[in-house]
Amino acid sequence: MTDAHPASRLSAEGATALDLRGVTKRFGALQALVGVDMRVRVGERRAVLGSNGAGKTTLFNAITGDFPCTSGRIRFFGDDITLLPAEERIRRGLRRTYQISQLFDGLSVRDSVFLACRGVSRRRLSLLRPRTDDSGMEQALRILQVVGLDDLRDQLVSVLSHGQKRQLEIALALAGAPRFILFDEPAAGLSPTERRDLVAILNALPAHVGYIIIEHDLDVALRVSEYVTMMHNGKIFKEGTPAEIEDDAEVQAIYLGHGHG
Amino acid sequence: MSAASPRPAAGRSLPAAAPPGDPSVGAHLGLAAALLLLPAVASGFILVQIGAQSLILGLLALSLMVLAGYGGMISLAQITVAGIAGYTVAILGENSVAVHGFGWPWWLTVPVAITFAALGAALIGWISVRTQGIYTIMITLAIATAMSLFAQQNYTLFNGFEGFAGIPAPTLFGQRLRAPMAFYYLCLGVAALCYVAVLYGARSTFGLGLQATRDNQRRMRALGFDTTAHKVFAWFLAGIIAGLAGVLLVWFQGRISPGTIGVAAAINILVIAVVGGLRHPIGPFLGAVVVVLIQTFATDVVGAARHNTLIGITFLVIVYFSPDGLLGLWSRFQGQFRQNPLRPGDGA
Ligand SMILES: Nc1ncnc2c1ncn2[C@@H]1O[C@H](COP(=O)(O)OP(=O)(O)OP(=O)(O)O)[C@@H](O)[C@H]1O
Ligand SMILES: [Mg+2]
Repeated sequence: MTDAHPASRLSAEGATALDLRGVTKRFGALQALVGVDMRVRVGERRAVLGSNGAGKTTLFNAITGDFPCTSGRIRFFGDDITLLPAEERIRRGLRRTYQISQLFDGLSVRDSVFLACRGVSRRRLSLLRPRTDDSGMEQALRILQVVGLDDLRDQLVSVLSHGQKRQLEIALALAGAPRFILFDEPAAGLSPTERRDLVAILNALPAHVGYIIIEHDLDVALRVSEYVTMMHNGKIFKEGTPAEIEDDAEVQAIYLGHGHG
Repeated sequence: MSAASPRPAAGRSLPAAAPPGDPSVGAHLGLAAALLLLPAVASGFILVQIGAQSLILGLLALSLMVLAGYGGMISLAQITVAGIAGYTVAILGENSVAVHGFGWPWWLTVPVAITFAALGAALIGWISVRTQGIYTIMITLAIATAMSLFAQQNYTLFNGFEGFAGIPAPTLFGQRLRAPMAFYYLCLGVAALCYVAVLYGARSTFGLGLQATRDNQRRMRALGFDTTAHKVFAWFLAGIIAGLAGVLLVWFQGRISPGTIGVAAAINILVIAVVGGLRHPIGPFLGAVVVVLIQTFATDVVGAARHNTLIGITFLVIVYFSPDGLLGLWSRFQGQFRQNPLRPGDGA
């Protein structure tokens, strides 16, 4: 298991992968993010928990540039990426999945992942067809094996089931040597078996690849993360190790209280 | 067990098949043979008025199909792009109106004309890619209208309302390219080249990326693609096709004027593309043949005043029965043809 590393990686004065300072996002009158500070080390696996509308997805959108933040600073591996367009952040090794699958219905599964591999290469405008031994195609097939979609590689994305689409979302995020991945509720709507597969995929990621995972299911979240951030009303209100969070009275009152009515 | 259970709208081919790509080699070879042998049986009138004209309009509709079918961008400015090439040929080459006509040789005017057309297309694309759906149609219609009006009012460059006439097609190795058979083969060659290039390019990294951008632009950006650049490049490439068509068009007509690039011409291209179908690059050529046949012969059948009505009705009927144009009708027909023997459940 990867459980041997986390403690050492956490305690070390490791390099910072992601550094947020006073990140704010306003939608008209609504303050979706209120001065969020967050620091995630290289290779760290972090869970973000919080009730509906807490601002978790908005935080991801601010980091990736899908919807840039209103104010604040975001650094990625030391570089200020606050003003960079989304695609430029991706080329630097950032990846994400979406809470609501964002896929290409008219493409095959394999071509989708192939594009994900090519998107971060210089050949993204190539007018040549990929050869069968193309490095991007080979990587795409490897990734499809990892997420268990290789049998469906020639299917159109539009015919996939919900669970398969969620796996394809993951596949897109794994393509092209990511350095840091943002997973937005990857387990939502999955069967118990699919959840187990997901946990296995996350735990099998190379040690230098860190991630933030948004997850409503406390059990899943605590199994795949070494540090937990709790959000509420656009703010971070508690951070700690899974054990600390689980034992925290306030968290139990708010989080579990909500969950079990 | 019923085979007719989760089948979506009639006629969609089975999703398990390879994504829309290359139809059979046999069909292509048959079509190529028929087109190559056409001059053996057809008169010069048919070769030029039906054959060459369909191929030129088909090329223009193909440039629209690339943008609309693969990129989801419906452009009404493809005739404008062709016009850039056509006017360039008229101005830099020869014409009989004694305005400009620098007399450059064709091997210089043609590359320059196509470069201008492609760059102009990229500019139009750059202006319009910020918009989507109906707004792309509106902004490109506005550009097409503005360009036509500008050409009409500008005498220094475009020679105003009159435009240019007496623009000759070149003579190559003693062969006049505008002679019926030569011109037909010229248009066929260019059309075949563009058609094959589009078929091939549709499955290139760029082509897949264009289709992916059409399906989900936000996700494309989250994969590292600059979607604006991607779409502008598509406009540039489609502009090369439209530019080639523009050169052939001005050689075909021997003249070019604001009417050539007017709104009616712009809409004609859209009608051709939609009648034919936007899902496969053969569609625009099918549509062009149908529209050119109606335009040429309807005058004899229903009278000159009503041939546009006939085109309108044909358009309506085809689109009503199949949003995918003639291509859609064809695949629906094929679908039924294939379906029947595959229904074990129904027979019992
Ligand atoms: N594009 C937008 N325009 C306007 N308001 C938005 C937009 N996106 C999010 N919001 C609002 O911002 C707040 C935070 O939303 P966000 O999606 O970040 O919540 P979340 O924590 O991801 O919730 P969930 O668990 O339901 O996914 C919500 O009140 C939401 O309505
Ligand atoms: Mg969310």
